[in-house]
Amino acid sequence: MSMNQTETPSAGSRPQKPQPSSNGLIDISIRYGFLALLVGLVIFFSVFASGFAGPRSAVFIFQSVAITGILALGVTCTLVVGGFDLSIGSVATSSMMLAAYMMVVLEQPAFVAIIACLAMGALIGLINGLLIVKTKVPDLLATLGMMFLLVGLQRIPTEGRSIATGMSLPDGSTAEGTFSPLFLQLGRHRFDFMLDNLLPAPVIFLVVIGILVWVFLELTRHGRLMYAIGSNERAASLTGTNVNNYKILAYMISGVLASIGGMLLAARLGRGDIASGTNLLLDAVAASLIGFAVLGAAKPNAFGTSMGALFVGILLQGLTMMNAPYYTQDFIKGLVLVIALVFTFSLSARKAGGH
Amino acid sequence: MNGTLCDLRSVDKSFGDNRVLKQLNLSLPAGSVTVLMGANGAGKSTLVKILSGVHALDAGSITLLGKDFRPSTPSEAIRAGVVTVHQNINDGVIPDLDVASNLLIDRLAEPGYGFFLKRRQNYADAERIASQMGLTLNVRQSVAELGVADRQLIAIARAMAHDPQLLILDEPTSSLSASEAERLFLLIERLSAKGVAVLYISHRMSDIRRIADRIVSMRDGEISGVFEGDELDYEGAVNAMLGHRMTDADISVGAPGKPVLEIRDLKLLSGSKPFDFNLCENEVVAVTGLLGSGKSAFAQSLFGLGRPAAGSIRIDGEDYAPATPKAAIARGVFMSAKDRANNAVVADFDITRNITLPFLSRYSNLSFIRRSDERKTAQEMIEALSIVCQGETDSIGTLSGGNQQKVMLARWLAEDCRLLLLDEPFQGVDIRARRDIGRKIRETAKNRATLVFVSELDEALEVADRIIVMTEHSVAAEFRNENVDLNEILTAVTGALPADAGSAARTAHA
Repeated sequence: MSMNQTETPSAGSRPQKPQPSSNGLIDISIRYGFLALLVGLVIFFSVFASGFAGPRSAVFIFQSVAITGILALGVTCTLVVGGFDLSIGSVATSSMMLAAYMMVVLEQPAFVAIIACLAMGALIGLINGLLIVKTKVPDLLATLGMMFLLVGLQRIPTEGRSIATGMSLPDGSTAEGTFSPLFLQLGRHRFDFMLDNLLPAPVIFLVVIGILVWVFLELTRHGRLMYAIGSNERAASLTGTNVNNYKILAYMISGVLASIGGMLLAARLGRGDIASGTNLLLDAVAASLIGFAVLGAAKPNAFGTSMGALFVGILLQGLTMMNAPYYTQDFIKGLVLVIALVFTFSLSARKAGGH
Repeated sequence: MNGTLCDLRSVDKSFGDNRVLKQLNLSLPAGSVTVLMGANGAGKSTLVKILSGVHALDAGSITLLGKDFRPSTPSEAIRAGVVTVHQNINDGVIPDLDVASNLLIDRLAEPGYGFFLKRRQNYADAERIASQMGLTLNVRQSVAELGVADRQLIAIARAMAHDPQLLILDEPTSSLSASEAERLFLLIERLSAKGVAVLYISHRMSDIRRIADRIVSMRDGEISGVFEGDELDYEGAVNAMLGHRMTDADISVGAPGKPVLEIRDLKLLSGSKPFDFNLCENEVVAVTGLLGSGKSAFAQSLFGLGRPAAGSIRIDGEDYAPATPKAAIARGVFMSAKDRANNAVVADFDITRNITLPFLSRYSNLSFIRRSDERKTAQEMIEALSIVCQGETDSIGTLSGGNQQKVMLARWLAEDCRLLLLDEPFQGVDIRARRDIGRKIRETAKNRATLVFVSELDEALEVADRIIVMTEHSVAAEFRNENVDLNEILTAVTGALPADAGSAARTAHA
């Protein structure tokens, strides 16, 4: 009722007390703890896992990080407006199947395939957004529904088979198209960076997209308003912000980025593989949630998300090289995620808890 | 029958530096209905929460039936016989369950109940409780199918299942129709005849006249008046609740500039009385009225949050019918919303970002925000409103309530506007910040029209040139804030206007 001030005691014009020095240590550990952990992890694996410190393992890490990272940046945008996108994994695999279908079955050039994939991503984002803001379906449920829908949809044109040159089509003919070499380069080309053939092309995509998303969220008016919506939707709308449009925009960004991730996956694999991409959703969500803990942001942010993706990549590569069995990977990812969330929510709550 | 059932002695309660209850003394006699009146922030809710075991008191004592009563949890309070029906009905019932389960839910939660539901016995028990309460309901019906009144009665019936000594009802009629409320009153009368003490919190004069045996007014954490006897002094009770201490704020009514807002025959609801209203530059007008008088609906219709049923609004001589807050802001109508925690404060942002939120395009090129510009504005506003902080990048959460409110005001003062609407700008603000804010509103009022929506009369007197009083979604009276007769305003506020005085006031404003 009327006692709102109980939560925010009216302290009048009392000056704020300086923070006691013991908080300094907590502050530092909240801000830099995660990055220190990342550096520590690299040093640890360099010492104990032979071959970890070489360029070959760097390539592996970059490659595994790139696609998840791009998807995670999309999830980050939806998290910023206080939403969530569970459909990214299936958007990515749908995009992979669509790219393969366009080129292999319909024998279209790479350019057309790329446009089709991007348009599909944007359209799915739009539908997600409309479901959430217009029909008021809760975000998790709307995107979960979309996830199921897409997982099913992508199998219908090929009757559940993977797409590769020479496959037989439902009408009995054989698919004659091929992936254009240029398209394959998107996923396979390696740039020289200090060493020959060090950086896979998808990493460049990740860096460029990461910078764009960071600039958009941190430096522009639109990003600022999206954060405002995520923090207090009602307040944002009472300051004249069109909340619905921004929410739809966030889901469209997420859809487009997921479709880019899917294309890179198709380019790397050279086929539309029905079985791949199963881990994309969970890895991307983990990366963006781990990103909360980076630099003590306690909110979704592009830099943190990229670091989160890198962290998971390094951890898994290091453990693989130390001969940890593959089936422990998900467990370890989950563990890291839980620890990062504890970091974010308990420590930063303590930081803000003085008031 | 009239022995004291519950006795509060020198009860103190503070939240941080905010003293909400100050040495409060109150006794509740058995078998009578005590109505508790108090404006927002008077401490009613806190008092209720202490009695119902949600909060612990800081100092003082409560005795219940002669024994010390100090509940540490709500269930402890219920076991001791103090049962509370909260304002929000949906807190009191579980819509997806049937009536019987709702009536017996507390029993189901008790440890001794056993693992399986005893359906047959439950239905029998529920029917017994319902008939004792005079409820004619099918106990197998789902609560979701019932109306608000039935839900409210179920919540109360459930409370009665505990055999309470003290029943606390917090604004129980706020969502009931007159006939539904009558059912509730009959129930309350039956209970009070059985010797239950009832503490009834309400603003509605009609309720109070109907049900009150005694009236207790609360103000600023203290009991400001107790009224009992055969003839209850309703007006005195309202006086005591709203307070009529003249404040030392000195208002000199300035000369109004050119007209800004012109309202003709505006009907806020389809059934409400149409009213006219004019507002000029350099004028600060306070709109006051009790809860549900239509203040909020008026503010909302001016800011594109709701459409009036009929009538015309013009701003600077041009028709004005905003569909969204965005459209309102584009026409130079700004509103600082009430209940800042829910409607205004962006908790994740610092002071600067909170201030510049509505007008970010002023601080950006091609959508890129110029940080130094917005920080400069924030620094200026911090200076102008004497916001106490370490700097413009302080997180909003580190500020006190009064300073947060100043930041919310700064958000809208940072740009020029034609009409500024301030909905409860003094809500949850200490006296000093309240003075600062009021002064600032008047200082900056020169080139715009200003409407301040307040429920406390003190606040209206401190800030306004004119005061308009709303009742039943229409303007009931209007006063110029010079040597104003407080009693006249008070009678207008409570709607206890004698017929002739009412028409006089109405002609005065027309």
